[in-house]
Amino acid sequence: MYVAVKGGEKAIENAHAWLAEERRGDPGVAELSLAQIREQLSLAVNRVMAEGSLYDPDLAALAIKQARGDLIEAIFLIRAYRTTLPRFGNSTPVDTGGMACDRRISATFKDAPGGQVLGPTFDYTHRLLDFKLAADGAVPEAPTAAPRHEPTPHITKFLKDEGLIQDEPASDKPPGDLTREPMEFPADRPLRLQALTRGDEGFVLGMAYSTQRGYARNHAFVGELRIGTVAVEMEIPELGFTIEIGEIALTECETVNQFKGSKTEPPQFTRGYGLVFGQSERKAIAMALVDRALRWEELGEDDLGAPAQDQEFVLSHADNIQATGFLEHIKLPHYVDFQSELELVRKLRREAKERLEPREAAE
Amino acid sequence: MNEYNFAYLDEQTKRMIRRAILKGLAVPGYQVPFASREMPMPYGWGTGGVQVSAATLTPDDVFKVIDQGADDTTNAVSIRKFFEKTAGVATTEETEKATIIQTRHRIPEAPLRADQILVYQVPIPEPLRFLEPRETETRKMHSLQEYGLMHVKLYEDISQHGAISTAYAYPVRVADRYVMDPSPIPKFDNPKLEMDAIQLFGAGREQRIYAVPPHTRVVSLDFEDYPFEASKADHACDLCGAEDSYLDEVITDDAGDRMFVCSDTDYCRSRREAGHQGRLAQEDAA
Amino acid sequence: MTPLLQVNGIEKRYGARIGCRDVSFDLYPGEVMGIVGESGSGKSTLLNCLAGHLKPDAGQVIFDTRADGPVDTVTMSEPARRMLGRTDWAFVHQHARDGLRMSVSAGGNIGERLMAVGSRHYGQIRGQALDWLGRVEIAESRVDDRPSAFSGGMQQRLQIARNLVTGPRLVFMDEPTGGLDVSVQARLLDLLRGLVREMGLSAIIVTHDLAVVRLLADRLMVMKDGEVVEAGLTDQVLDDPQHAYTQLLVSSVLQV
Repeated sequence: MYVAVKGGEKAIENAHAWLAEERRGDPGVAELSLAQIREQLSLAVNRVMAEGSLYDPDLAALAIKQARGDLIEAIFLIRAYRTTLPRFGNSTPVDTGGMACDRRISATFKDAPGGQVLGPTFDYTHRLLDFKLAADGAVPEAPTAAPRHEPTPHITKFLKDEGLIQDEPASDKPPGDLTREPMEFPADRPLRLQALTRGDEGFVLGMAYSTQRGYARNHAFVGELRIGTVAVEMEIPELGFTIEIGEIALTECETVNQFKGSKTEPPQFTRGYGLVFGQSERKAIAMALVDRALRWEELGEDDLGAPAQDQEFVLSHADNIQATGFLEHIKLPHYVDFQSELELVRKLRREAKERLEPREAAE
Repeated sequence: MNEYNFAYLDEQTKRMIRRAILKGLAVPGYQVPFASREMPMPYGWGTGGVQVSAATLTPDDVFKVIDQGADDTTNAVSIRKFFEKTAGVATTEETEKATIIQTRHRIPEAPLRADQILVYQVPIPEPLRFLEPRETETRKMHSLQEYGLMHVKLYEDISQHGAISTAYAYPVRVADRYVMDPSPIPKFDNPKLEMDAIQLFGAGREQRIYAVPPHTRVVSLDFEDYPFEASKADHACDLCGAEDSYLDEVITDDAGDRMFVCSDTDYCRSRREAGHQGRLAQEDAA
Repeated sequence: MTPLLQVNGIEKRYGARIGCRDVSFDLYPGEVMGIVGESGSGKSTLLNCLAGHLKPDAGQVIFDTRADGPVDTVTMSEPARRMLGRTDWAFVHQHARDGLRMSVSAGGNIGERLMAVGSRHYGQIRGQALDWLGRVEIAESRVDDRPSAFSGGMQQRLQIARNLVTGPRLVFMDEPTGGLDVSVQARLLDLLRGLVREMGLSAIIVTHDLAVVRLLADRLMVMKDGEVVEAGLTDQVLDDPQHAYTQLLVSSVLQV
């Protein structure tokens, strides 16, 4: 008669079989190929790569397919896979100044060397459902122009040349690795940026938005947003020089923020920085705003008590794999804990009743 | 299964975890930060315990997993399968035969031996967390042994409810030094924390490992005039008749009738096999 | 007699700006020292340096500890300093919220320091909490209420009870009457004066309110731009101010 939790093993197997069936959906409908996902759902693929911290569009497409389109689940699959991969070494820092830009815009200057390049953007599209897509997806070829060959300079360089923007000190210190070392607070900027770039897009967006609405407002302009491909180079110790091992797409955002200056320092702009795998522009801008908010201490600003200024709060809660795991674990059995609470509540109620009853009887 | 190393984790990672475990044993109750890996199971579902088990397992070990005291709850099944698959170790449901026991929320009823290791899954390792959310601050409180706040919590319980109203994850002081969260075990299990076996605690998401070496003094926090009480349901097990085991309450019909059965399923089974019978044992056999 | 506190050449800078400079004085057991000055004069910086909340750039703060006699608290270990902070020292903040746990009952607030130093008997802790509520004129029936349900004056009295329950020998007070209505201020001052006398407390009180020091302080230091410009017995300084700034301070009060 005591069957409440028996048969766990069988139940799990059956649930997984059903899941596989549901994932496939109606077998009368053609199955999605990974190439279709990679090519046609590329922004989803980009997000999975960014938050999964692994640049591999095909694996990301597989993860999305396996996860039935649940991107956090797909990110989880990528993360769990990534952690088992051997590490051959580190690339040299990528040169985003040498990026082959598909898109490059600045909100701070009307024009600049390299120009304003809109690229493939949703901006200025009217958000009207395009019912043609429901029928067939044939698209006319987009017009092309001759590509620019010379490197596109960063907008902040022009401000820097004039001394108008704070210089970021160069450092040869290797950045920490939060997947290899436990996070300890206070975390330095490289670690913070690492946590933000793989942080949940929705969380980082919400934090950034809160700064714009006045919770540690930092008056950000998009100094520059650029999206394109950069070469990844690696130093091979056996060869003694650096070789290019591949190419990745990145989105980089530099914000230009107000800075009051002090008695010892003349007023200067400061910056926030965002760098994300793939075309992930919402994330890159949001990251730059949150990065800037987290820099209040080094820039001698006031602690306004805003959530986005609180590095322990932001960094401890940005990771959606940690968050979703802990959130969902409350559906695991907790009946032992619950039982002990049940007994305690019964006992407290019994005692409270005993305390109250004699008093009533006396009245 | 050749794609992965023995017990899933690579040897470098296991060494890193073993170093954390040794440090934890050397400083009982101290939370050692460790670089928790991303496991192929969600955070909060035992990733800390699984990493500690993976770093502790050898091919000759016999592994047992319990969740809520039972071997056949879904998450226990899932973790046991994981190690059957990735480590190929022998598994058992018998406490007696196991060399490593991974647990969530319970300590087995049968006393553990010096040649056994108990691995706990820990969701929130910091006993001060709900009094002080900041890691930077709680670490300082531990280092300076500023634990007054812990008793303020207990004081508030008594002033509001007339009794200490913490029923599980009941804080303890280990070796007269660190205040420790024993993981969400019912307070009934607290006295068992002083035992012959090694106890290891793994919190994956929070990146902490801590330990209680054998025969270490573990004291549940209380007041002299409101002493700690290890309580359980005031019943005997309806299946095996045990009066000393922690009980689950099972609702048996629409009228709300209840039965009480041992939460430690192996303990209950072995007692019944030895001929012990509870109130409903006859019925069960019929 | 050994001074309870010897302050030698305390200096604190914020970058190029001076917080306070070259402050020295002795405080004897049972003595109350008032520090007055306008906002920005460095009096709060000084108080925080003395109480161990800020690390001074130079100088000594030597406290006559029970166990080891005079010890420089600037260079003592942090655990030892924090221990002092919850036993022989007390700090009353201007805003009661900064010194109270707002989500803990009045009884728990008073009991915290007792528990921090090892009290483990609920009945005794509660007994002391009730006793102290009485001493600061809060009804015993409020013992299980949270401070958020208290008026500003009650919160401040609760903060004082929470600080004094362990029988400290030295109390730092930062504008203890600031932000309270005049009638509430008067009652609080009365209470403080009674407690200081009764317990033989030594205290250092920072305030911009000359009425507070007139009532409580035996001696007075006047600060301006981070430096002490005048010091002496309270009545002497207030009745016969020597420094032009002190004269200005005193006259501006008299005009009101």
